[in-house]
Amino acid sequence: MEQLFLIAHVAGRTVAIEAEQVESVVDIGTIIEVPRATGHIRGLAALRSRVVTVIDTIAALGMDRNGREPGRAVITRVDGHHYALLVDTLDDVAPFELQPMAQGIALTGAWRAAGRGLVQRDGEPILVIDLTALVPGQNSANLAHVA
Amino acid sequence: MDDLLQEFIAETRETLDALSGEIVAWEANPGDRARLDAIFRFVHTVKGSCGFLDLPRLARLSHAAEDVLAAVRSGERAPDRALVNAVLAIVDRIGEIVEAIDAGSPLDDSGEDLLVAALEEGSDEVAQINAALVQRAPARSVRLNVDLLDRMMSGMSDMVLARNELSRRLRGADVDPQIEAALERMSATVADLRDTVTRTRMQKIDALFSALPRMVRDTAAGLGKSVTLQVDGAEVELDREMIEVLRDPLVHIVRNSIDHGIEPAAERRAAGKRENGRLTVSARQSGNQIIVEIADDGRGIDTERLVRKLVDAGRDERALRALSERQKLALVFEPGLSSKDEVSEVSGRGVGMDVVRAAIEQIGGRVELDSVPGRGLRLQIHVPLTLSIIPTIVVAAGGQRFAVPRQAIEEIVSERNESIRIDHLGTAEVATVRDRRLPLVTLTRQLGMDSISFGETMLAIVNVGEGSYALRVEDVLDNEELVIKPAAPAVMATGLYAGQTLPDSGCPMLLLDCAGIARDAGLHFTRELIAEEIEETAEVESGISALVFIDLDGVRRAVPLALLDRIEQVDANAVRFAAGRLRLTIDGRIVPLVARAEFAESGTGSVLRLKDGEAEIAYAIADAADIVTLPLELVHADTPGPVAAVALVDGEPVELLDPHWLFAAHVAGGAEPDGGPVCLLSGGEQEWMRGFVKPILEAAGYRVTDTLAPGERADVVLTNDEHGAMSDVAAPVVRLRSRRGEAVDGSVYRYDRDGLLSAIASAARKG
Repeated sequence: MEQLFLIAHVAGRTVAIEAEQVESVVDIGTIIEVPRATGHIRGLAALRSRVVTVIDTIAALGMDRNGREPGRAVITRVDGHHYALLVDTLDDVAPFELQPMAQGIALTGAWRAAGRGLVQRDGEPILVIDLTALVPGQNSANLAHVA
Repeated sequence: MDDLLQEFIAETRETLDALSGEIVAWEANPGDRARLDAIFRFVHTVKGSCGFLDLPRLARLSHAAEDVLAAVRSGERAPDRALVNAVLAIVDRIGEIVEAIDAGSPLDDSGEDLLVAALEEGSDEVAQINAALVQRAPARSVRLNVDLLDRMMSGMSDMVLARNELSRRLRGADVDPQIEAALERMSATVADLRDTVTRTRMQKIDALFSALPRMVRDTAAGLGKSVTLQVDGAEVELDREMIEVLRDPLVHIVRNSIDHGIEPAAERRAAGKRENGRLTVSARQSGNQIIVEIADDGRGIDTERLVRKLVDAGRDERALRALSERQKLALVFEPGLSSKDEVSEVSGRGVGMDVVRAAIEQIGGRVELDSVPGRGLRLQIHVPLTLSIIPTIVVAAGGQRFAVPRQAIEEIVSERNESIRIDHLGTAEVATVRDRRLPLVTLTRQLGMDSISFGETMLAIVNVGEGSYALRVEDVLDNEELVIKPAAPAVMATGLYAGQTLPDSGCPMLLLDCAGIARDAGLHFTRELIAEEIEETAEVESGISALVFIDLDGVRRAVPLALLDRIEQVDANAVRFAAGRLRLTIDGRIVPLVARAEFAESGTGSVLRLKDGEAEIAYAIADAADIVTLPLELVHADTPGPVAAVALVDGEPVELLDPHWLFAAHVAGGAEPDGGPVCLLSGGEQEWMRGFVKPILEAAGYRVTDTLAPGERADVVLTNDEHGAMSDVAAPVVRLRSRRGEAVDGSVYRYDRDGLLSAIASAARKG
């Protein structure tokens, strides 16, 4: 069964994001820093009458930013909070079939936590990532509860 | 109370509606633990509210049902058909009574004994009573779904933000004045509406607290304890929903405190505590939370006992013993645990605590315990702040703006202000603001930001409930009402922020959590209320305040400040030797003057004007030296005379004047009053009583004596023995106590002259 995916470029890689996770795609203006915040939080930005938490997606994926300063972002909603995940560029939204990860592909670190499978675009395999995995605070919130 | 009753009725009705499904399910399957728990909670809550609202019939029924259900929960009884039916009959009956109360129609209580009896083991028949048909009274208020209010509230917030954005976009542009006027009108309406909407949700926590004094009194009286309640922060506003949720837990906790926490008077005395238990209930806003604190000075939680009880209940002892003290404390929340061995009428069997925690957690709150064995238990309920519009002060730090809740700020001062002093103590900084020493926290440093300004900075004096500190910011910019929304978990996880907002500027801003910043900066405030009081008491008991002076004969003497009206310079001409003694003419009156040596021949001299009761005498001195607190150890004079005792002040002996002797010797007619009511002094500290109290009483016309002459009868007995019985004297007794503060036992603070005189007078009348 095919579903819609948004194809984006992050840290020089092409990734696919389930369209259901994407609320909108925006240009991010001024980012207000959140001092002492951890978890790759770039800061806060205003989006119409709403405040979104901006996530440094490149850092969250453990990649080197290489001087890139992404200005576009994918807005997603996790647990009632809106997050803007910074991306280099955005391609298009198109229907693909989600395939399981091919045998023997070893993702590491954050990529492994975020990777959900593959889609094929004209023969090119594209990694499907789960934006929720890049949003910090979920796990730590649970931990806090336990403690 | 009417409001409470209405709420109780509405609540019980709603719970009953919701419970009807559970009841049917339990009936079908009596072994279903979850259903059992739900019904148990219901009767338990009804029982709690009934005691609170004084509804004895409901209390009796619910208490009986609760007993049986508790037995089922602990496995002592099997939930057989008869038992289930009996419990359900009681639940039905509760519903009927509630409807009857609401309708104001009488409902006869025949058959209720049968209902209760049917709960007994072995009774096989449920007495079905014919339910009187009760009509529901029309509701006087509308109960709204909270979701609806939520949507209204968030719609309102968005409207405020949209208005802000509109005004921002219009600002600077060349706008038609008519549009501007329309925008202004809209702004005013939005502001009005915002207030109204906020009010629909908010309620002063006083709605909860107002019923406490009565409840504490009744509960304490029922247990034969005496408890002083202190309520703080009743004006804190809370979401109505939270108020509702907090009601029962608060009742449970307060009752538990009085029942399990605060010890009986005898035990307290033995532990060196004041007989009266203290219970403090307070509410305050802290960061993004409201904290309701219930603190008592009772025995605290005995974790050892908790562990033992759980072990007895079949839990793994090794695992329990391995827990940290904190975790052991949390065992209080284990369901079905009784922290007290006997079941008491008042707080049941400690079941409250698991119910309490469940209720609080349901609204996203948490319960914190802080128990010091033998010293008391402090229980804090943290509930999230859903309050979304709050007044703030906007400050600048590191080139960025932050909002601080205005409620937290006591004052804002410029660091350049002359009355401000900043000192470095090791690595810490301390600000002294008008004699108040406050820890200083620099916001930019705490946030790990680069400081932008090196010039003038401002200090915001922030109060975080437990204490205050100075927060150094670069500037104070604005005073704004802001719509605060919760920030993302990762932002909140820093513990420094209470939320985020989008002000008119269109730039997101963070709301600082002042308590969190204090924690982060490692500030520790001592909040040992009880310890403070002990100090205070110690101070009072350490002696009385007295003026030390150099007498005319060069001797250092002291006089109790309580006697001293004022020190005055008088002209030597005003002093005359007349009618056999020295007299001073002052303020158009003649008063006896006591001089231990020659008064100045000419010029001026100092006199102490001593007043006691009606009489006044002047005492000539060379110079006033100091005001001191006299030590308790006084060396009393062997014979009555002008000097009552000698005290050691700063290593030097100081003679303490005997006010009684002075007044007796120098006030005409004051020495031998007779025919007045007889006041018998009793108890210890005879010197004190003679020296301080006797003159007051004699001046008021009493005949004062230590021992009754044969055949003499005392009209009133005055004692400073706080507890002893006066069985041998048939006269009313007035007790003096050495501590200041509110009298609970009818005693009089020993330096409260007016109180003493009026107590003696009314007692003497009775006698």
